[in-house]
Amino acid sequence: MLGQQLLNGLAAGAAYALFALGFTLIFGVMRVINLTYGVYYSSGALLALWLTQNGVSLLLALPLASCAIGLIAVGVDFILLTRLQRARAPELASLMVTLGATLLLYSVANTWLGTNVRRFPPSVIPSASFEIFGLYITLSQILIMVLVVVVVMSLSLFLNATRAGLALRALAQNPDAARLMGVRVDVMTAYVSFISGSLGALAGILLGLNYNAIQPYMGESMMLKGFAVIILGGLGDVRGALIAGVLIGVLEAMVAGYMSSSLKEAIGFVLLVLTLWIRPSGLFGQIQIKRA
Amino acid sequence: MAFFVRSFYVAACSALALSAWSHSPAYAQTQEPVTIGAIEVLSGPNNKYGIAIRNGFDLALEDVNKAGGVLGGRPLAIAYEDSAGNKDQAINAARQLIGSQKVPLILGPTLSNEMFAVGPIANERKIPIIGTSTTANGITAIGPYVFRTSLPEAAVIPVTLQTARDRLGVKKVAVMYGNDDAFTKSAYDVMKDALAKLGMETIATETFGGKDTDFSAQLTKIAALKPDAIVVSALVEAGAGILLAKKQMGIPSSIRVIGGNGLNSPQVPNVAGDAADGTLVGSPWFIGKADDANKKFVSSYRAKYNADPDQFAAQAYDTLFLVAKAITAAGEVNSDKIRDALTKATYQGVMGSFSFTADRDPADTSGVVVIEMKSGGFQIFKP
Repeated sequence: MLGQQLLNGLAAGAAYALFALGFTLIFGVMRVINLTYGVYYSSGALLALWLTQNGVSLLLALPLASCAIGLIAVGVDFILLTRLQRARAPELASLMVTLGATLLLYSVANTWLGTNVRRFPPSVIPSASFEIFGLYITLSQILIMVLVVVVVMSLSLFLNATRAGLALRALAQNPDAARLMGVRVDVMTAYVSFISGSLGALAGILLGLNYNAIQPYMGESMMLKGFAVIILGGLGDVRGALIAGVLIGVLEAMVAGYMSSSLKEAIGFVLLVLTLWIRPSGLFGQIQIKRA
Repeated sequence: MAFFVRSFYVAACSALALSAWSHSPAYAQTQEPVTIGAIEVLSGPNNKYGIAIRNGFDLALEDVNKAGGVLGGRPLAIAYEDSAGNKDQAINAARQLIGSQKVPLILGPTLSNEMFAVGPIANERKIPIIGTSTTANGITAIGPYVFRTSLPEAAVIPVTLQTARDRLGVKKVAVMYGNDDAFTKSAYDVMKDALAKLGMETIATETFGGKDTDFSAQLTKIAALKPDAIVVSALVEAGAGILLAKKQMGIPSSIRVIGGNGLNSPQVPNVAGDAADGTLVGSPWFIGKADDANKKFVSSYRAKYNADPDQFAAQAYDTLFLVAKAITAAGEVNSDKIRDALTKATYQGVMGSFSFTADRDPADTSGVVVIEMKSGGFQIFKP
């Protein structure tokens, strides 16, 4: 049972990590807590569902839906955030603007699609599980873990080995200096919006596939989990988000398996509070010194 | 000329009236009908319940009147009032039926919360009122004139569990329930009680949230404990999700799921497909019950309404026969005498044998059918 719980926790945690990556990236670069991120998660899953229902194969629907939501994210973030960024509005302003937009988008989705749970057609992915050394693993769990590895590797390649990646990191470290060095902030913001929107959508599709249940509000509870992950991992810390996501997924499975399933949802928030008390900069964060 | 026109008109009217008189159905004798009231949800979003109930009443009413009506030959009639699922409208309907139509008895209302509003009024005016679809706790505690003929969930679950114990040898079970919903939580309380009374061992109790989609941790734990069955109190979506996850995680189909009323919905086998096969639920009535009374009910309902009857129609159908019997036994149209006759009435109908407890709830659970999900639908459980 320990092995099975570990495996389930690892798969769920990998998807949490994927979700948190985009969330933490947008904070790291733009200093914005973007609450519309949860909507990208839901809409990615809904779009992939619609595509597969119309005969598109899953392997095509995955990148198609992710990129489409990435492009939508570029537009939405541009409308919501550019103005605030130019005005150098405080973080609270962007939080409130994205909160309002999120509530609006959820109620539109809700009126349009209803709150009913939707499911992928059974032909999309075989639901039977493979048995390996007494452990049951499903195709969607394998898909999650493989894709997370691929995505994380390409993301770190992009950030560390390309000029755009370098510009992004410069922007994250010091926006003013980066601007002075000729980094085009608008273009970079669009890059970040696209990457984070696609990551959110991809996580939504993968978890929607894994539990085979999709509905417009699914992004809401995921956002709460996303907060726990990025605070535990350190705000804006990509490596921290990855490790914290997997950690929370595994701990959830352990708590449900060995303590009580009623406490499962609580563990992420216990960690969130503990982190803020003991180590506010996150698992790997350096203590920030504010200079006047 | 004007005179001729007018007298022609008068003559035509009288002729029409006369012909209407002579064409009145043979069974509605010249005696004055006994009219009882009914308050049901006939419009609005919940009207499918009210319409099924009205269909059930009307079908039974035809049979009652063909067989000579009540009180030795008086036809029975029902005055329907629409509550639209609204408490205030239900109260107005009750006042109208009691005050101006002077009905001796009221059938309905459809919803439990309507009964909580209307029951006290009927009780105060000493008019018996009979809910055919009101399953909430505390309905009959409103007062001595309030009856119900629908089996509450608390009566159905123990029958399902006992059937699993006696027919499948289920001795130790794992329980899963939604802990953030009053309906699934109260069904869990009933399950816990019934399991203890039946001497069945609960080896694990797991919870989940109504909106959860991930049940793998709970099911992994349950699988490791190897129970004989998994008892689940969930609404449709979570229930179907649990069944799908159970199959996906390789829990063998020999470990059956035993569900509460939340799983007694055609949507569950529809969504979960073959992952739902073998799931047991209890139901006060099932369309496929093979006794003659039920076969006749189903076929005449289909003939009259061109649709399949549901549980609400069946409950209404039986209730009307019971009421007709009680009115005849009362000997006259008198609410108090009808009330007394109801408390003693027994009836063998499509739901099985029926009588009231001292608290005016259904006394008999022998009519409960345990049904099993199979290939996307339900069938009667035959081990």
